[in-house]
Amino acid sequence: MGATIIEKIIRNNTGKDVKPGDIVTVNVDRVMIHDIFIPFVASKFEEMGFQKLWDPDKVVLIYDHLVPASQVDDTRHFRVGNDFVEKYGMKNIHRADGICHQLMTEAGYVKPGNIVFGTDSHTTTYGCVGAFSSGIGYTEMASILGTGTMWVRVPETIRVNITGTLPKNVMAKDIILRLIGDLGADGATYKALEFAGDTVEAMSVASRMSMSNMAIEAGAKCALFTPDEKTAAYCEMTLTDKEKDLVGDADASYCRVINYNAEDFVPVMACPSNVDHVKPIAEIAGKEIDQVFIGSCTNGRLEDLMAAAEVLKGKKVAPFVKLIVTPASRKIYQQALENGTMAILAEAGAMITHPSCGLCCGRAGGILTDGETVVATNNRNFLGRMGTSKVGIYLASPRAAAACAVAGKIVVPE
Amino acid sequence: MGKIFKFQQDVDTDQIIASQYLLFSTIDEMKTYTFESLDPNFAKEVQPGDYVVASENFGCGSSREQAPSVLKALGVKAVIAKSFARIFYRNAINIGLPVIVCKDLHSFVETGDEMELDMKAGIVKVKGEELTCTKLPEYMQGILDQGGLIASLNKED
Repeated sequence: MGATIIEKIIRNNTGKDVKPGDIVTVNVDRVMIHDIFIPFVASKFEEMGFQKLWDPDKVVLIYDHLVPASQVDDTRHFRVGNDFVEKYGMKNIHRADGICHQLMTEAGYVKPGNIVFGTDSHTTTYGCVGAFSSGIGYTEMASILGTGTMWVRVPETIRVNITGTLPKNVMAKDIILRLIGDLGADGATYKALEFAGDTVEAMSVASRMSMSNMAIEAGAKCALFTPDEKTAAYCEMTLTDKEKDLVGDADASYCRVINYNAEDFVPVMACPSNVDHVKPIAEIAGKEIDQVFIGSCTNGRLEDLMAAAEVLKGKKVAPFVKLIVTPASRKIYQQALENGTMAILAEAGAMITHPSCGLCCGRAGGILTDGETVVATNNRNFLGRMGTSKVGIYLASPRAAAACAVAGKIVVPE
Repeated sequence: MGKIFKFQQDVDTDQIIASQYLLFSTIDEMKTYTFESLDPNFAKEVQPGDYVVASENFGCGSSREQAPSVLKALGVKAVIAKSFARIFYRNAINIGLPVIVCKDLHSFVETGDEMELDMKAGIVKVKGEELTCTKLPEYMQGILDQGGLIASLNKED
């Protein structure tokens, strides 16, 4: 009997054959804590009576949601975090380098086959390089910090096969939104998603990242891609046989198999105010908008900014629309400066902000008010996410978002 | 007996406790704002021993442990839903807030009805009927019995 990717990762970690439903204790390869939750993690850690971290090098602390501080009280989180780092001898801290999920793979903390947990639900992102990564709460994080272990229930796997060539106006974001719409907001709860097919193989790691990032919006525990040559280049490593073998076997057992033809995808948006409320853009075109946000751990990477720049080149953002662009990391910011992308965006009228979570977490950088509409490239459109609960948030690809910024209304990108 | 507060499907963690309140330094400061966007009076009206009943996918969205924590701090005795989002479910058990799946309860009751839950037996008593819940796996019931993950870890030592 063959195995799915998640079953292989857990088997390699524990040395035991596993099947869905088993509850096993795994050895954790890396953890990520971000600024919002560090005070609670720190206090739980001490409440549990631990004296030291199980392995300080495996712990990464990233300030991103609150950077730079927008409220006086935010700085308390930095103070608590800095004290924690010093007290327990941590080296891996990022105070202004970008969004946690971008940095975990970009800075080389996560490798194929790793098991990683983070205090943020979008920790599923690292499945882009074939790592099992998932979000947890601060009590469990504190427990891992002390023990280096965590119990998991081996999930069933939903296999998603995508074959063919995507239309030019369709991005990875459109695929994952469509999938979430098809599955529903709880369609993959407790389950692993596994992506395969030549469309997926042709994708950049950045595109895979957009998809694994949003898996949680269908409830998934993780979302896995088989590590390949692109993964190896991105992670600056040579893949071992064990890592190359992180592929779903032909005779593996799947709880569901979904097949898509790439040619059938069209640009879509997740409409207010559920991520699974997905419609083809053609059906909602014409709605006037107030703001566009291009950024986040879903779509703030170089290829996303370049896709937006391709649309915006030589054009101007509609006069009444605010276009906010927030690169996902400092490295991306620099790359976009160097290759001319930033100049195109700025000339078109974009407001370009520092790398951080920005508007996605609704604390700063373009908060909206009653009756306003925003087209955004991030991952959640919940009520009240970007201001008041009467803001309409439409989630879209960077290409679609840029086209809307120029038109001043929702339009299908070319 | 405890009073039921009924919610619908896909109640996300932003609706349980919104992002802007996560920066408060204690759960006690946050709990006043529980379910603010869905039922602004909830925090005032809920009494220790009351129950939250929901439809599918309760607690979807972010990993914030403050979501189950504010419910526990307000004295909610248990959350009974048709299904739960994964992170909320784990967090609830780890902090010692009972959560249990009952497929038939949501459509059978309204806010204000009185019910009683026998967590171990997996039985809800309401309006003269007994409804069956899906019992927790032994491992998780074990953590819950000891009052959550911290108590459970301390006991292992």
